[in-house]
Amino acid sequence: MIASGMRQQTDNIFREVIDCHIPDSETENDNLSLSFCRKICRNEDFRIIAKSLLLVCLTAPFTQVQAGPDPMEGMDHSKMLHGNMAPGSQDSLVPSSSFTPETPIHQHDHAAHNAANPTSKNARDPNAYSDGYGFDPAIVHSHKEEHNLAAVLVDRLEGLGTDTQSLLTYDWQAWYGKTYDRVVFRAEGNIDKGQFTEARNELLWGHALTAYWDTQLGVRYDTGQGSDRGWFAIGVQGLAPFWLYIEATAYVGEQGRIAFRFEGEYDLLITQRLILQPRIEANIYSQRDLSRGVSDGLSDFESGLRLRYEIRREFAPYIGLEWSTSHDVNSIANTSTEAVRWVAGLHFWF
Amino acid sequence: MPLLSRRRFLEGLIATGVASWLPAWCKTASAQPIQILSGTEFTLTIAETPVNFTGATRTATTINGSIPAPTLHWREGDTVTLTVVNQLKETTSIHWHGLILPYDMDGAPGISFNGIAPGTGFTYRFKVQQSGTYWYHSHSGMQEQTGMYGSIIIAPAQETLQAERDYIIQLSDWTDENPLAVFAKLKKQSDYYNFNQPTALDFFRDVANQGLAKAFEQRKMWNEMRMSMTDLADISAYTYTYLLNGKTATDHWTGLFKAGEQVRLRFINSAAQTFFDVRIPGLKMTIVHADGQAVEPVTVDEFRIGLAETFDVIVTPEHDVYTIFAQSMDRSGFVCAALATRIGLKAEIPALDKPEPLTMLDMMGHGKAIAHHAKTEYGASVDMRVDNPRTNLDDPGIGLRNNGRRVLTYADLHSLSGVITDNRPPEREIELHLTGNMERYSWSIDGVEFSESTPIHFRYGERLRVIFVNDTMMTHPMHLHGMWSDLENAEGQVQVRKHVVVVQPAQRIAFRVTADAKGYWPWHCHLFYHMHGGMFRVVVVA
Repeated sequence: MIASGMRQQTDNIFREVIDCHIPDSETENDNLSLSFCRKICRNEDFRIIAKSLLLVCLTAPFTQVQAGPDPMEGMDHSKMLHGNMAPGSQDSLVPSSSFTPETPIHQHDHAAHNAANPTSKNARDPNAYSDGYGFDPAIVHSHKEEHNLAAVLVDRLEGLGTDTQSLLTYDWQAWYGKTYDRVVFRAEGNIDKGQFTEARNELLWGHALTAYWDTQLGVRYDTGQGSDRGWFAIGVQGLAPFWLYIEATAYVGEQGRIAFRFEGEYDLLITQRLILQPRIEANIYSQRDLSRGVSDGLSDFESGLRLRYEIRREFAPYIGLEWSTSHDVNSIANTSTEAVRWVAGLHFWF
Repeated sequence: MPLLSRRRFLEGLIATGVASWLPAWCKTASAQPIQILSGTEFTLTIAETPVNFTGATRTATTINGSIPAPTLHWREGDTVTLTVVNQLKETTSIHWHGLILPYDMDGAPGISFNGIAPGTGFTYRFKVQQSGTYWYHSHSGMQEQTGMYGSIIIAPAQETLQAERDYIIQLSDWTDENPLAVFAKLKKQSDYYNFNQPTALDFFRDVANQGLAKAFEQRKMWNEMRMSMTDLADISAYTYTYLLNGKTATDHWTGLFKAGEQVRLRFINSAAQTFFDVRIPGLKMTIVHADGQAVEPVTVDEFRIGLAETFDVIVTPEHDVYTIFAQSMDRSGFVCAALATRIGLKAEIPALDKPEPLTMLDMMGHGKAIAHHAKTEYGASVDMRVDNPRTNLDDPGIGLRNNGRRVLTYADLHSLSGVITDNRPPEREIELHLTGNMERYSWSIDGVEFSESTPIHFRYGERLRVIFVNDTMMTHPMHLHGMWSDLENAEGQVQVRKHVVVVQPAQRIAFRVTADAKGYWPWHCHLFYHMHGGMFRVVVVA
């Protein structure tokens, strides 16, 4: 028997993912983003707006922190409260007038999810035990959960070989932030003879929505062959049941272009260090883009099988096979090109 | 590699002027190599000291230049004065673990005092109101992981235990990595240190042995729920070198005895992130104290010692030599020492046990108790909740069940009469859930990390019941500063006095607290990286 809470949570993941529910406190920024979206009509405006939004996304998680009386930020341990309390003097242990338990600092994140969750209707108030007692803003114990961390994960840096071409492909992401809110940079592209032939760059605000899923909101900018393209991005990234890693992102771009990108990966451990990774990626576009060689509909689909060896957790060379299907943008008939390619590359992170 | 390089350098000793404390290589074989300080006035100097446990020299943070720090001998009833001098470049502190004292002497920076700034000192002064085996450690930054821990022996006003020999056995874990880097790795890949994960090869082996249906069923639920059945310890011997009295298994600490003597061994788990399973093959151990407090003697073959717990055992060795064997809970490594009649003797070292995967019991509890979840347990900070936790105390824990040895459980521990004096029934209950998200490596209580939490109020003078429900699949040693945790059995009767209560996966545990110590007190998981991950609260007694 699965604990009901867990099943509930599993069920809810998809509902929440579909709803793309954002906590109330973020609505101000979201409204801003939406009104920007509505105004998108001309390309030149679009790029300026995209840059502005990028700034908004970057600062959103941090401006909120600054707005609240957050006791955890920037604490100086040398200025803590009890310096003025003589040993044995307990008189100052009274409820702090500057703190009320009705306004806990970050509780809104969780409260927002609770509203949709019937199992939590009779749940306890986690602040009930405080009886109105609070921390003085000056007393805070330093814990590493409060610190920003940075990570770079190069999922694929690989050479692709076919009879006619040799390409270098990269697919990496980096993040900076705390546990529940991060700035995420994602990039994927191809380099042929020193030239970017195709490059997707995304700057996103990643927010932890459920235990295993992050929502992502931001911008995407494509460079390489043909015209550069800018997009707004909204999506999810996380782990589906059975440890399936998923990235699913929808994009709204210039001239009403809409795109959708899906990536799924699974790590199958053969031994503790030898790992077989099936991977699929699909890109779907609402409109044909001749200059970039993108067809409408399913423009390209890749499925690969990579076998990596983790010399260290952070450093794993691999070899693999990749099947790709791309629709021919220039032909009127719905023809497509299929290719099977050997890949060899490196998976690493720090 | 020359043998010497495996041993510790103790250059710091010369700098701190501890003349009586000889370099480790002169003392490797000696019976009691930990420096002992006794009396009522002490000076403890915190400084960086180069150490070498693995063949590579690293910088440790030490108290008086050694790992472990000197053993402090106190007497019940004395008032002790301890001047701590900080020669580090960062703030430090010393917490007297398990000691009953005024809150501003407790040594938790940001809660009980300001911490000890670099280049300054702080004088602790308090009356020693108890006796037994305790320990002390830094409560600042990452210093506990990098070497700041020592033992405390408090002689009772009247000693009732007779033993010809008396040894501290202080267990700990050392990493050559920067603890901040360890924490960052866990945040980025929480199974980074787990090299015991189920593989496809294991699956095919299970299919061959048990059939496809059973092998598939066993894995299905875990994988469906994105839980790892082999997450027994977040950090393994991949990075850890386990130490016993500051010595590696190779260096092999030795305690001497004469055949027929009663030997008292005071086990202290001063590790940052490691549960140890301890046994002395060929020797029965009689547990006489738990967490410094006298218990009805119980004789066992093996016990699991949680982080920050202490167990005093009496053994009566007859042969020439025995191995004290302490393996990590995840079975990735061990440390050992010798009990011998003369220096240089070594007994056979047992093989590590096979790691045992967690069971559905550890995930679901399957108990009759009903958990009352907090609203905040339904967000991104919590990856599982246990609705019906188990309440039995007679489970030795994962890896020790039905191993053919008599293993200590909490059901075996009963305080001697007179230890617990407050016989009032609890006036009220506080239920708290131990929660976490393994994938994000975030740890919390009621789904709320410390940085988002509010304090928990105990009314001064009340006797209350605390209920912990472990909503995770890890075992959490929960430590309340300043007040005792009087563990109840499943029927609600007070059973044993503790300062650390180990809560097993999917278990509900209840204990009583007498809120007789005004002030602010930390309350946290003593797994170091869980504490830093947010499983920490402040209690205010007022």
